[in-house]
Amino acid sequence: MARLVVLGGGVSGHTAATFAAKWLGSSHEVVVVTPNSKWNWIPSNIWVGVGQMGKEDVTFDLAPVYAKAGINYKQAKAVSINPEGNERSDKPFVTIEYTLAGREGEVENIEYDYLINATGPKLNFGATPGLGDANGLGEFTVSVCTADHAVHANEEFQKCIQKMKKGERQKFLIGTGHGLCTCQGAAFEYIFNIEHELNKAGVRDMADLKWISNESFLGDFGVGGLHMKSMGFAVSSKIFAESLFTERNVDWIIGAHVNKVEKGKVHYELLDGSMNEEEFDFSMLIPPFAGVGLKAYAKDGSDITATLFAPNGFLKVDANYAAGAYENWKASDWPKTYQNPTYGNIFACGIAFAPPHPISKPMSSPNGTPINPTPPRTGMPSGIIGKAVAHSICDRILKGESSPLHEASMANMGAACVASAGKGLFDGTAAAMTIYPVVPDFEKYPGTGRDTDYTFGEIGLAGHWIKHILHHLFIWKAKLKTGWTMIPE
Amino acid sequence: MEKKAEHNIKAYGNNFTTMTPGPLAIKLRTCKIWQFIRFIIINIKMLIVVRKSH
Ligand SMILES: Cc1cc2nc3c(=O)[nH]c(=O)nc-3n(C[C@H](O)[C@H](O)[C@H](O)COP(=O)(O)OP(=O)(O)OC[C@H]3O[C@@H](n4cnc5c(N)ncnc54)[C@H](O)[C@@H]3O)c2cc1C
Repeated sequence: MARLVVLGGGVSGHTAATFAAKWLGSSHEVVVVTPNSKWNWIPSNIWVGVGQMGKEDVTFDLAPVYAKAGINYKQAKAVSINPEGNERSDKPFVTIEYTLAGREGEVENIEYDYLINATGPKLNFGATPGLGDANGLGEFTVSVCTADHAVHANEEFQKCIQKMKKGERQKFLIGTGHGLCTCQGAAFEYIFNIEHELNKAGVRDMADLKWISNESFLGDFGVGGLHMKSMGFAVSSKIFAESLFTERNVDWIIGAHVNKVEKGKVHYELLDGSMNEEEFDFSMLIPPFAGVGLKAYAKDGSDITATLFAPNGFLKVDANYAAGAYENWKASDWPKTYQNPTYGNIFACGIAFAPPHPISKPMSSPNGTPINPTPPRTGMPSGIIGKAVAHSICDRILKGESSPLHEASMANMGAACVASAGKGLFDGTAAAMTIYPVVPDFEKYPGTGRDTDYTFGEIGLAGHWIKHILHHLFIWKAKLKTGWTMIPE
Repeated sequence: MEKKAEHNIKAYGNNFTTMTPGPLAIKLRTCKIWQFIRFIIINIKMLIVVRKSH
């Protein structure tokens, strides 16, 4: 009997574990180690953050789902990996620390034959003074990155609405909280959902909305922007984004590295090197992401974290980490199998794998401060990669060690993204987009780097309907209800 | 007079060079019949990209 251990039960790890359990059957074991008792459909946290959904609408208990799937579920966080075993045994293992109520802090070693690291991001609030610290989110801004954060964000948002109703003007500042953030899409959704709710509450004229982000142009989204076919033109996402911001009367600051947050004020540096300040009454700033900080030890106990992980804490995989300057970047730098080059039985999926480099062009201010988006790994690629990795491992367990690995390169893969711009059955809107491929391939698609026959976007009520249907569809799939395998990632 | 999207443009400000939708384009965004048609078309386009990516 082989044992597959999956670290992280989020979008990517849950996909990998549930498919592996289905394909392997009861003759092999799948273990999931994840610190939360609940699964969270993170994209819908945006709606929790404006009071349009509750925490219970976007989360569900993992234990019954894993029991049904025959998965051995450990509510714990992984702390370290011993890929060569230790002095007493050659068998590789992970050390975990329980978070389960009643067993908090208890440590256990779990041996594995195959390991998937799907631990997603550490929300690195501590990278910007005042945005937070090692314990997480600070007191001056809010976040929608977890369901609990989003509940808190809505409480603060409702207070602002009450103030506006009493005639007090409010300033909203939404965007990214550091020069090296990703996930601009989430902040984009939040600012337009706020704008939509302010209209509904009849207080839009009492509010000033401002966007602040590390993108060098509006609509970069960490993927270097995209060109979409529209009215016979290939139009940059910059045009569409600027158009939407203007239509909804949202001002913007771009190319910004937020370097300090205080009560009611952010300090930031721009790509031109200037230092500036912006005041706010309510602010949601996405933190930068890092790996969750797993350690790795060799058989003799020496620290080999740097062998397994990149300096940002993400797991090294089959990517080209030596591509160098932007001019040398190629689509082929991006990983295909997500296998660790040193230990062939360790894989990563979702945000946990170390990308070879950003997708957007790297930039820095004259003071040497890097200010550019880091690469996003959104839901669809995270799910597809999780499934491909599970497929590779199941083949190796069931068909033999030499089975070829499955490939899922982000340079050969598209993504469908639906960015909410306001919730409502008949007055909601969302930008529905597809991008193909996620990582531009300028050799294959000269000029834009993307196939404009498969890269499109439009905003409207239809997009909102799709977003709402996807909310229910993905929760249905994650709960492993009838037909779950038919729903694509 | 209803405020048009173009009224939000500030001369020589951030948004001076962008395009803004007219009343028809904005109306169509929430027109149920038009959006039902778009819903079908967008779903087909997305499914094609999803198929190509798996
Ligand atoms: C507010 C917001 C809105 C978003 N909206 C969209 C959207 O509309 N569309 C879209 O495609 N994407 C969206 N995304 C991105 C999407 O959520 C991510 O792409 C996706 O969650 C990545 O999956 P993952 O499995 O890599 O990470 P996660 O889903 O974050 O899962 C990581 C898991 O690992 C666990 N973990 C952490 N540390 C450890 C440890 N030490 N040991 C074991 N487990 C650990 C975590 O608890 C978590 O369960 C959004 C993200 C945010 C923050």
